[in-house]
Amino acid sequence: MNETFIADKDGYYGDFGGAFIPEMLRQNVESLRAVYHDVIESAEFKKEFNMLLTDYAGRPSPLFLAKRLSKKYGARIYLKREDLNHTGSHKINNTIGQILLAKKMGKTRIIAETGAGQHGVATATVCALMGLECVVYMGETDMIRQEPNVKRMEFLGARVVAAKSGNKTLKDATNEALRDWICNPENTFYIIGSVVGPHPYPDIVTKFQSVISEELLYQLKAKEGVGNPDYIIACVGGGSNAAGIFYHYINRKNVKLIGVEAAGEGIKTGRTAATITVGDAGIIHGSKTILMQNEDGQITEPYSISAGLDYPGVGPLHAWLSKTGRARYMNATDTEALTAAYELTRLEGIIPALESAHALAVLGKLSFKETDLVVVNISGRGDKDMLAYTDAKKLFP
Amino acid sequence: MNRIEVLFSTKKKNILSIYFTSGFPDLNDTKTIIKHLDNSGVDMIEIGMPFSDPVADGPVIQRSSEKALQNGISLSLLFNQLSQAREITDLPLIIMGYINPVFKYGMENFLLKCREMSIDGVIIPDLPPEEYLKSYATLFKKYGVINIFLISPQTTDERITYIDSIAEGFLYIVSTSATTGSVNHFDKAQIDYFKRIKALNLKNPSLIGFGISDEVSFHKACEYANGAIIGSAFIRALEENGPSIDNINQFVRKIRD
Repeated sequence: MNETFIADKDGYYGDFGGAFIPEMLRQNVESLRAVYHDVIESAEFKKEFNMLLTDYAGRPSPLFLAKRLSKKYGARIYLKREDLNHTGSHKINNTIGQILLAKKMGKTRIIAETGAGQHGVATATVCALMGLECVVYMGETDMIRQEPNVKRMEFLGARVVAAKSGNKTLKDATNEALRDWICNPENTFYIIGSVVGPHPYPDIVTKFQSVISEELLYQLKAKEGVGNPDYIIACVGGGSNAAGIFYHYINRKNVKLIGVEAAGEGIKTGRTAATITVGDAGIIHGSKTILMQNEDGQITEPYSISAGLDYPGVGPLHAWLSKTGRARYMNATDTEALTAAYELTRLEGIIPALESAHALAVLGKLSFKETDLVVVNISGRGDKDMLAYTDAKKLFP
Repeated sequence: MNRIEVLFSTKKKNILSIYFTSGFPDLNDTKTIIKHLDNSGVDMIEIGMPFSDPVADGPVIQRSSEKALQNGISLSLLFNQLSQAREITDLPLIIMGYINPVFKYGMENFLLKCREMSIDGVIIPDLPPEEYLKSYATLFKKYGVINIFLISPQTTDERITYIDSIAEGFLYIVSTSATTGSVNHFDKAQIDYFKRIKALNLKNPSLIGFGISDEVSFHKACEYANGAIIGSAFIRALEENGPSIDNINQFVRKIRD
């Protein structure tokens, strides 16, 4: 089996990827594909990208040894603090990169899809910074459950448009963003928020997010004297924070990579978003990957309490990491995630996003040795989730 | 010879192709609509297979697809409905839909069924020429089904010529940068685009689709191509007045006038 995990020239990771797009999007995607590699490898781009990551986003994000959490689970557990980035999640790494690409390509209007609103806020933020028009598509259901982020986007000057089809969540917002791009091919750049979509998006987003594992390499070296942890754990919706923290470790085979999907109410209840566990091969949003579908190839509506993980597909890189066995994909239910969020809050004084709480929720399902080095990616902070946490009080001791 | 090729070799002008969503307005209307369209004098029929996430479609076809899926349409059921289609029409029949249901059904199974049902062509907007050539071209040839390619206003002359070189049947000229059912009257940029394509002297005939809704836009499109495709406007007529023979006849007669 092909075990390279870099997209080939057609955007394939083994069996998965590609660009399944209608001819109306071809020129947009092709013009991006033609330039992205040279642009992001250029010295000029790297200089500006790195300056903004440092001076604007606040990178590097800290690597924190969580002592009380470590004691509870019997391992040395580090938290990669993406929640401390400007705008409150890892999403800013990617939007800074893509807005620079958009400017380089002379685009004047930016569109984005968002689930939890973290990518929407990160996009609205860089648009304000660059003075560009911004339209964010968000499922109507998500606009209600992540309302603080809707207000932030609007305050930043973005127009938030409600997607009203399907379950009114991330999948539906992505459909609307793609339709917008079909209708506005000349001036518009589509900033996709995860490692999904047609080639070259999965590769672009993975590269911009790989700053996470790049920092982890030297941070671990400084703190522990070794480059490799035993485990890296990250939540997976589309999978961008996981792709970013896995990236430099994919070919270091003794590092166990663990992605955690949202089981929703449970993988057997039909109310779930655990794509890799319950899905199979198909094509969604321009990419061949694993997705949730019925026997007739209709996409199944996903469910998770976490708007950022409530997506019926997964990035093609993750589909391939799973198929080759290089990474292991577990899942956590709504209740397990809520409980894990409470636990981190009370043990370490860190309120994680509901998405990141799914990654924390598998700590109790793994059997560690005392000496095991474990890194959990805290992809975002939980300010936006206070409503859900307050509603869930009865679950907590 | 495939019925699509027969049509274009015998008729050069004013070809009218009508699209409808299978399973809509009612689950079992498919055969009735085909029969009435045949009777009303259209030249070709496009049968839509609904998909849960139709990204290239505007609100009208989205709505009809959602309703059809709620009604219980599926690809297997559509093939059942089409099993007697050849008893009621000799027109070229095309199935149009998105790649995922076909992929799940299995491309070879799908094409085998198309041949059994005497389906002449397939339009899958999200199956680009590159992926078609890489994985499926041999299968389409094996089963004698024509894959129809799209051209959009953003498609470069070089690429149009390339697509023409691998295409059969006809080229589907998407009239505008929009999803289906969006606009009504052609502006200067669109007319220039039609002229640009015409000047390329392509080997395949062409039909213009997207935004054709009445006799004015139909006849205008026919000035620059061999004919045109109407979808959303027909779905709206079905929504309003149902699939009766009178309604369908009246719709087609108005376009032809």
